[in-house]
Amino acid sequence: MSNDIDGIKDCDVIMVIGSNTTETHPIIGLRMKQAVKQHETSIIVADPRRINLVDYSQLWLSQKPGSDAALINAMCHVIIRDKLTDENYINERTENYSSFADSITECDPDWAEDITGVPASDIEEAARTFAKAKRGGIYYTMGITQHTSGTDNVKALANLALLTGNLGKHGAGLNPLRGQNNVQGASDMGCVPVFLPGYQPVANDENRQRFEKLWGCQLSSKPGLTATEMTPAMLEGKIKAVWIMGENPVMSDPNADHARKALNKVDFLVVQDIFLTETAELADVVLPAASYAEKEGTFTNTERRVQRVRQAVRPPGSARDDLSIINMVSERINYGQGDIAPNGFRHLDNTKLIDKASGVFNEISTVWPHLAGINYDRLEEAGIQWPCPDTDHPGTTFLFENDFPIGRASFSAISWKGPEERPDSDYPFILTTGRVLYQYHTGTMTRRSQTIENADSGPFIEININDAERLNIADGDTVLVKSRRGKVSLPAQVTDKIEAGVTFMPFHYHEAAANLLTNDALDPYCKIPEAKVCAVKIESVT
Amino acid sequence: MITLTINGREISVSEGTTVFEAAKELEIEMPTLCYEPRLKPYGGCRLCIVEIEGIPKPVTACTTPATENMVVNTNSDYLYRLRRTIVELLLSDHPNDCMICTRAGDCTLQELAYFYKLRENRFKGETRKHDRIDENPFVKREMDKCILCGLCVRVCDEVQGVNAIDFVNRGFNSNISPPYEKDLDCEFCGQCVAICPTGALTGKVWAGEGRQKNVKHTETVCGYCGCGCNVTLHTVRDRVVRISSKRDSHNQGWLCAKGRFGYEFINKNDRLKTPLIRRKKGGELEPATWEEAFDLIVSRFNSIKKKYGPDALAGLASARCTNEENYAFQKFFRAVIGTNNIDHCARY
Repeated sequence: MSNDIDGIKDCDVIMVIGSNTTETHPIIGLRMKQAVKQHETSIIVADPRRINLVDYSQLWLSQKPGSDAALINAMCHVIIRDKLTDENYINERTENYSSFADSITECDPDWAEDITGVPASDIEEAARTFAKAKRGGIYYTMGITQHTSGTDNVKALANLALLTGNLGKHGAGLNPLRGQNNVQGASDMGCVPVFLPGYQPVANDENRQRFEKLWGCQLSSKPGLTATEMTPAMLEGKIKAVWIMGENPVMSDPNADHARKALNKVDFLVVQDIFLTETAELADVVLPAASYAEKEGTFTNTERRVQRVRQAVRPPGSARDDLSIINMVSERINYGQGDIAPNGFRHLDNTKLIDKASGVFNEISTVWPHLAGINYDRLEEAGIQWPCPDTDHPGTTFLFENDFPIGRASFSAISWKGPEERPDSDYPFILTTGRVLYQYHTGTMTRRSQTIENADSGPFIEININDAERLNIADGDTVLVKSRRGKVSLPAQVTDKIEAGVTFMPFHYHEAAANLLTNDALDPYCKIPEAKVCAVKIESVT
Repeated sequence: MITLTINGREISVSEGTTVFEAAKELEIEMPTLCYEPRLKPYGGCRLCIVEIEGIPKPVTACTTPATENMVVNTNSDYLYRLRRTIVELLLSDHPNDCMICTRAGDCTLQELAYFYKLRENRFKGETRKHDRIDENPFVKREMDKCILCGLCVRVCDEVQGVNAIDFVNRGFNSNISPPYEKDLDCEFCGQCVAICPTGALTGKVWAGEGRQKNVKHTETVCGYCGCGCNVTLHTVRDRVVRISSKRDSHNQGWLCAKGRFGYEFINKNDRLKTPLIRRKKGGELEPATWEEAFDLIVSRFNSIKKKYGPDALAGLASARCTNEENYAFQKFFRAVIGTNNIDHCARY
């Protein structure tokens, strides 16, 4: 997030697009609801489903899955046409405005209505509401990013924020809500094939040499493969060994059957997890790890807040925390000419967990200036939001107050491309996927928490009431859902909360895994898969 | 600014500050069962009554705005007797089953009974019989322990915005209930459970687990979504028995159903407890020692790297793991193996 969670209460308008916030980020959803009650904030929801937040919104735009960039471009078109832009901001802080403005002259609300299914008048209202607000915040999740045009969608939203001067001030911003407790931290730490820790490109000689000096070894300058590119590389035999720490790609990856085949193909698979997950079942070696309650360390939340994780209980049996496991494997492997890494890789089993973790954190804060001012002592009372350049710095609640890392922020001309797979006569419905309130991701944790499992009603597919009638499907009937990649059968939930032609499935359930159906086509820039749009057909079984 | 005097001490506060808040700034404590700084003033329990010069009868401090030159007294024998009687009245219609109550030791009503030494009760008589069992999965509702402070109703309305419960009936039959006195059917965030001052609302998942004795509290961060809510793990030996969250956290103490009640997986029997190895291709996974597992990993990683080069190896890190673990994992692949084939689930 460019901004912080606390600032939500001061937004005059909140645009929520591709995020079912009250279910996937309940505490952020709660702040949005409070903003409506206490600050009279207007919420604009753009989502193909009538999510709970719609009850609190001024306007609901029900765009077709995969049409987001058309919707956003049309909003930008209206803002420019009606001269509602923040001219000072555009002049002082941005570049490429005129070429961007030229690129959307044709993107009027009528054009967008044809693509998105959203009435042109609603697009006009949304654009004017957003542009006229003093503080406008944009909030999104995978509904924006998990598309073959995911990067473009985000850039389109950035255009909207820049046009209205909403990037670089309190109660505004461009705010991706991170779906997992430490997905922000894992990215920050350089668990990304193109970046060393702190988003320092691995292909840049200067960066790499700095790390080579710090770590006392030679580093490869060749960017690695993304998780989505690893799957085909395994199938082609280019990747022979894989170590998976705490992930369940067999359930979470689009076209999951493909992922399973790939992991079966590799010569050697190590899976480190707290349960024997669907992925661990395929492994050659399974390592028992510690849950968050059993370790020391830090997580970084969606608002860049670095917070201490503390050990409350011991891991069961002989399970070990992941850091100890990595250390122990590392110290057993010879590399280079028998060198040992200078930092962090000593066998530290006799050290207390906290000393071990804080030692690694201290190394991190020396390699990444944004964390330079953070240490475990400072985190004792409360978390700190990066960037935090020195130990007197209080942390940063919102980014880009005075400038952007690249100087001026650049508008990007985005042309709407649409999803890779569209409904046709064979597969006439669009399937989109997401989470429900009670379950979490692939269900490894929530489905083993009996209280949660008792409250949850299990897998389902939402089908529009008119579509269901046409197909002679009643609420609760079992249906067979097929895509070009797989099939699952599960109960239908007949509802008017989803538009005709669109269906929705949560992806938590191994017994009806939505990702057997989804499309693994990738965004060309960031290689994110198009899990949010694919074409399916539905057959009544009962 | 407004200047007033409380118990002979002067204090200046901003306009709109209540007498209760002003007293709190002076660290003057008053008993209360319904005050909650995160909610609007309510004045339901009457325990924070104070005497104000010029006002004939005691008034509730939590609903009285401070005014210029106000002179307040929070402590007198008269106030003590009034407050003690209020608690005595509440207890006259309370099961007093603290021995088997989940909230024993963490109950404001119990604390007040202790403070006012209320063993006998002058108002003994008929008690309410709210013995309806609510079958919802999360919240144990024992309405005969309810003191009608309204905190649950207010938090559900003001914070969660769900309005799943409200007061029903009048007088002696007053009760907090979902519509039509059916089972609770809501988002089960449990804010009501967290805010309840008695044992009326508890987590079903807490039942029969440790209450206070030998319970250790650990401050940490929730392991689910990216909100990163601060949580307190209540543990007995190596078992998590409850999760709560502190009011002064960035999430203001609010949690969701998963964060508050979804911890049973930690204690689950089918946790992996020992390394497993597939000794023959196509065979079963069998228990192994750590040394055996490490030896196999090291020899296979080394031989694959030697034969096919470092880019034949790849690692998937985890958004479940800590920063330190993720840093070490990428460093292992980059510095030890020599490849940038390292990624995690940011795209899923």
